[in-house]
Amino acid sequence: MNQEIKISIRNLYKVFGPEPLTAMQAVKEGMTKSELLEKQNHVLGLHDINVDMKAGQITVIMGLSGSGKSTLIRHLNRLIEPTEGSIHVNGDDVLTYDEEALRKLRREEMSMVFQKFALLPHKTVLENTGLALWIKGNEVKQFEEEATKWLARVGLQGHENQYPHQLSGGMQQRVGIARALTSNSPIMLMDEAFSALDPLIRTDMQDLLLDLQRELKKTIVFITHDLDEALKLADHLVILKDGFVVQQGEPQEIVMHPNDPYIIDFISDINRARVLRAYSIMDKTTQAPENSAGQVSSTTNLEEIIAMSHGDTSLVYQVMKDGEQVGTLSMQSLVKALVPTHSATRAVR
Amino acid sequence: MATYDFVFDKLGLKEWCAQNQTETPLSMRELLARSRGDTESSTSIWELPFPSMDALNEACRSFPQSRDLTKGLENGFLSIKDTLSIFLDPLTQPLSWFLDGALHIMQITPWWIMIPLMLVIVLLVTKSWKLVTFVGISIAGLAFIDHYDYAMQTLAIIFVCAFICVLFGVPIGIAMSRSDRMQRYTIPILDMLQTLPPFVYLIPLIFLFSVTESKLYGIAIILYAIVPVIRLTNLGIRLVDKDVIEAADAFGMTKRQKLFRVQIPLALPNIMAGVNQTIMMSLAMVVIASLVSAPGLGVLVLRGIRNLELGVGLVAGLGIVVLAVILDRVTKTSLARINASQKNEAD
Ligand SMILES: Nc1ncnc2c1ncn2[C@@H]1O[C@H](COP(=O)(O)OP(=O)(O)OP(=O)(O)O)[C@@H](O)[C@H]1O
Ligand SMILES: [Mg+2]
Repeated sequence: MNQEIKISIRNLYKVFGPEPLTAMQAVKEGMTKSELLEKQNHVLGLHDINVDMKAGQITVIMGLSGSGKSTLIRHLNRLIEPTEGSIHVNGDDVLTYDEEALRKLRREEMSMVFQKFALLPHKTVLENTGLALWIKGNEVKQFEEEATKWLARVGLQGHENQYPHQLSGGMQQRVGIARALTSNSPIMLMDEAFSALDPLIRTDMQDLLLDLQRELKKTIVFITHDLDEALKLADHLVILKDGFVVQQGEPQEIVMHPNDPYIIDFISDINRARVLRAYSIMDKTTQAPENSAGQVSSTTNLEEIIAMSHGDTSLVYQVMKDGEQVGTLSMQSLVKALVPTHSATRAVR
Repeated sequence: MATYDFVFDKLGLKEWCAQNQTETPLSMRELLARSRGDTESSTSIWELPFPSMDALNEACRSFPQSRDLTKGLENGFLSIKDTLSIFLDPLTQPLSWFLDGALHIMQITPWWIMIPLMLVIVLLVTKSWKLVTFVGISIAGLAFIDHYDYAMQTLAIIFVCAFICVLFGVPIGIAMSRSDRMQRYTIPILDMLQTLPPFVYLIPLIFLFSVTESKLYGIAIILYAIVPVIRLTNLGIRLVDKDVIEAADAFGMTKRQKLFRVQIPLALPNIMAGVNQTIMMSLAMVVIASLVSAPGLGVLVLRGIRNLELGVGLVAGLGIVVLAVILDRVTKTSLARINASQKNEAD
């Protein structure tokens, strides 16, 4: 892909503890996270992170609890200072920023959505939504229109004068999103933004986010510990474990070719038929098959194709993109692709 | 010969001891021994005295007695007293003015202005007619038994002192909440202020200021009552939800914006709880302060004790209880209003 790189993280390390620099030495000499904790009583938060986040894309960072996701996202706006490494936003090294420049970055370049919403309990929904503009010195009157607009966009018209505690969790997080949008910043950081919501509302919110993203094309960094959510939202997926990146890339690619037992474990119980799309399992060819059963778009998921074939495994489909054939997909290879990788390797053994 | 002679012999300090053979005043132990008739110190291990200053003084007259310690402290204080007064007097003078001013205003304002005014204030801060009625009846009751002036004097002193406590206590609490080191150093002082018997700070204050000045009792009350407002401001700000603070940082608030737009508003319920306690403690202290000429109901209580006038003392005591209930209810109700208007998502 040829989009510009918005955020670039290079060789980022974070060690928590009283003397991180000494501990860094040990880490570089190959000490693992558990050894470091045992021998030096320091926590290795992040270990040699290299990630590029492209403008207009959703980069999802996924990992289990304690893998360092929150730590990583808080480095982007320097709520946490790194022990070593560099972070560039728009090509600028943010680690060189002084207080003033950092504040400008936080006010104008980045906004954040939190797992626990973190709304101001003593302010109305409207005032919360306009937080970024209020901080810049605007009065309620000046940001009212903008805030109302975004509240309506997330489906909260009419709730402007209520207080956060009067809203349900899902509604509060909508306010959280509206607040981030009202700041009008190109980058949105979302730390487990939907994890506190129940499954139905969560799906709603994911759809809302995808909807907004089609329209606004922000650079979104989204954190989750839920693989289904990650696969649904991600343009680029980064998988973290114990503070280092195990694998990153296009989500379909990771599901098809996991390179680590940890990830294989992770993806073993997802619904592959719903996650995988035609383009990631097709045979690339522009030659039309002998007896094509029909045409499918390259982004159709396997579930839909199975439904289309009525379970007939002898069929072969043409995979189309922009009106041209990019490959063929036989139902046999589709069925094979449904088997999780680790079961496949076990069967071979 | 005294029990601990050998100590000084061993240390070779005999000569130093011998320098001072003049009779020092008798210590309590010597006096008791002499009255029992045995001038010689006993050798029984059961009666071995602790090697205290007095016991060592018996063996060596050059060694200081414990009464020298208290006397030294007193002399030390007296010697710095004058310089201390030069600084403290002008610094604390405004307190006298405030107190005298408030007492004067309470006195010259006729009751038919003062009582309605207070009721209006109660209504404004509590929005509760029930409470207004209660306060009205209580004050009318006190006035009916001719305790109106005393009650107003007590209230005037409490208002001034509590106001000053808040004026200084809140900023100190904020400073404490921002620096762990400051908190570490301040907490022992607060603990001391709170546990030292109130009479004890009256003693040095009496030396420093003249008893006729109102700031004398003002300072005593403030020192005693400022503690809760400091503690609860500090606590309140430290307890503000970390997530909310993080959001404020993430959206680029300055420290100042964070303090005034997030921390103080969210700590307000705790700060108000501190103010409530401060007021109640001022009330407790204002009674003790009548020992050093604070006017008000305390004077009557004191008269009751001094002259054994049971009725006077009891009625004044009940008057104080009534004031306490009024002040407590009014501050608690306004506190509840603040709480209700900013409920957290947690509850
Ligand atoms: N301030 C800190 N001091 C010491 N250790 C810390 C600190 N913050 C985080 N850690 C450690 O760093 C590691 C990563 O924590 P982090 O909060 O980034 O995890 P996470 O992936 O966000 O987990 P979760 O899904 O539970 O939010 C953990 O082992 C944690 O104990
Ligand atoms: Mg986290």
